[in-house]
Amino acid sequence: MIRDLLRDRGFVAGAVIATGMVLVAVTAPLLAALAGQDYTTYHDTLLDSARGGVPIGAFGGISGEHWLGVEPGTGRDLFARLVYGAQVSLGVGIGATVLEVLLGVTVGVAAGLGGRWADAGLSRVIDLVLSVPSLVLAISLLAIVPQDWPRPIILAVVIAVLGWGGTARISRGETLTLRTRDYVAAAQVAGAPWWRVARREILPGLTAPILTYAALLLPTNMVVEAGLSFLGVGVRPPTPSWGQMLSTATTWFRADPAYVFLPGLLLFLTLLSFVLVANGLRRVLDPRQREVLR
Amino acid sequence: MIGHLLRRIIGGLIVLLALSALIYALFYLAPSDPAILACGKGCTPERLADVRTAMGLDEPVLTQYWHFLQGIVAGRDYPFGPGVRHCPAPCLGYSFETSQPVTTLLLDRIPVSFSLALGAEILSLTLGIGTGLLSGTRRFRWFDRLVNGLVLAGYATPVFLVGLLLLLLFCVHLQWLPFPTYVPFTTDPLLWAQNLILPWISLAVIQTAAYARLTRAGLADSLAEDHIRTARAYGIPERRILWRKALRGALLPLVTLTAVDLAQIITSAVLTETMFGLPGVGQLLVGAVNQIDLPVVVGVTLVTGLIMVCANAAADLLYAAVDPRVELR
Repeated sequence: MIRDLLRDRGFVAGAVIATGMVLVAVTAPLLAALAGQDYTTYHDTLLDSARGGVPIGAFGGISGEHWLGVEPGTGRDLFARLVYGAQVSLGVGIGATVLEVLLGVTVGVAAGLGGRWADAGLSRVIDLVLSVPSLVLAISLLAIVPQDWPRPIILAVVIAVLGWGGTARISRGETLTLRTRDYVAAAQVAGAPWWRVARREILPGLTAPILTYAALLLPTNMVVEAGLSFLGVGVRPPTPSWGQMLSTATTWFRADPAYVFLPGLLLFLTLLSFVLVANGLRRVLDPRQREVLR
Repeated sequence: MIGHLLRRIIGGLIVLLALSALIYALFYLAPSDPAILACGKGCTPERLADVRTAMGLDEPVLTQYWHFLQGIVAGRDYPFGPGVRHCPAPCLGYSFETSQPVTTLLLDRIPVSFSLALGAEILSLTLGIGTGLLSGTRRFRWFDRLVNGLVLAGYATPVFLVGLLLLLLFCVHLQWLPFPTYVPFTTDPLLWAQNLILPWISLAVIQTAAYARLTRAGLADSLAEDHIRTARAYGIPERRILWRKALRGALLPLVTLTAVDLAQIITSAVLTETMFGLPGVGQLLVGAVNQIDLPVVVGVTLVTGLIMVCANAAADLLYAAVDPRVELR
């Protein structure tokens, strides 16, 4: 299976970039220290006040000190802001995905294994979650959450609470198929309690479909985080996030186009790498898709 | 059919009622004070007290919710300061910040969101099915690969990034188009389309990718079916097999998706509207969040919920109508 994965060039490229991004996010303080910069200090002297605060110099003021230039208007170091932005983007994305999988698999397996009434009730809940306008609700919820609560955690929780429906539906469907298998029936007849059946007989069978689905959920959640931060309901300043930087860029893109490209390119590359990984995983784990996706 | 329709409508109403109760509970039992959240930016203690009495926030939550439901059916009067603010029949709340009923605010914005969603949906359906078919027939290997790559890239591209790049290219660099401002269709259809073309494209990118992928997979599945093999064995020309037989099976799942997707776009075009400064429902929501205008936030959330519930019901009915294998219970 691993050999199949390694033969997929897209997967390998995606995996390399994705791993690199995770490393950047984890070592963000170290990288910023290495550059000798932090993400909060203003550098007014590097800005051209005659032109409204655009960085002095080519490509957004790139220099030996500021490797990727500085932010227009504030003069904060762009390299430091970008690497710290990776923390928010990946942290919220991964956190939300893990929560969604936990919640979705629990509800899905419970619906699939439970009796008729449990299944009917839980299925309605799943339908409700799936049909809720999630972006609108996320914005509204984030607007009423008290401002002093830890923002990245709230973001991950809100995204997860509104987005676990898909995982639950898949888990339920797979569980319903799995429970007709002989070995599951045998375990049940042998008197295994429902939680042991769920853990020992059902969960192993769920791994492949859930993994494929979750791999695509991760970039989706990162897009949602970027979008929410873009709209100003994500993380609070001065914490940097790529989405938030892009939103600042909308006011600067005429004067300082370089400022659009860096966070935009990073976001795109990171998302693409995770999508490529997800695509590779699906090809290998879902034999039905093999032919279709080639 | 009629029985099914009735059951579907009642089911939808129950879901809506549950949704409204949930939203009401969330917003009015949250740790933040709803009066402060409805009072607006320039809030004074007197104004806060007025808002509190007007919204009846001192009453039990259940009573408040009951008044809210009554307002939707029969309209409602808010005693505000010395006077009374009237909110006519489908009353979804009253925005004290803008001194207007939420329903009025929403009705002003829905045509914009609808224009945006309809154009984007038509564009992405055309492009998506087209590319999906061209690559699904596998006549051109390189094209197939290109589409596959674009589909993946489409998944990895946030709407606002596409929008930003389009603005940068067409409005700043090439200067082919002016910066978008919304012109109603009834005023000037041509200007309406000209101003909406960039938002349409940026919304359509992701949707196109999804449709292309679905069409392609659907066509592959449907070409592998027995009746196609039979048709081939009878010597029916390949072109005819494709258009008459395979296409039908491939596009069936898309029909039902369209209704839900249209609703999705109407409700989730928040980013595009903000990006291009279009005065739609999404922008109303973001504005209300920034202005601290809770009644509008609640109203928008409820109406988007309503749109989604209707779309899901429509999708179910459509599915039964186009696919003879589905029987209505």
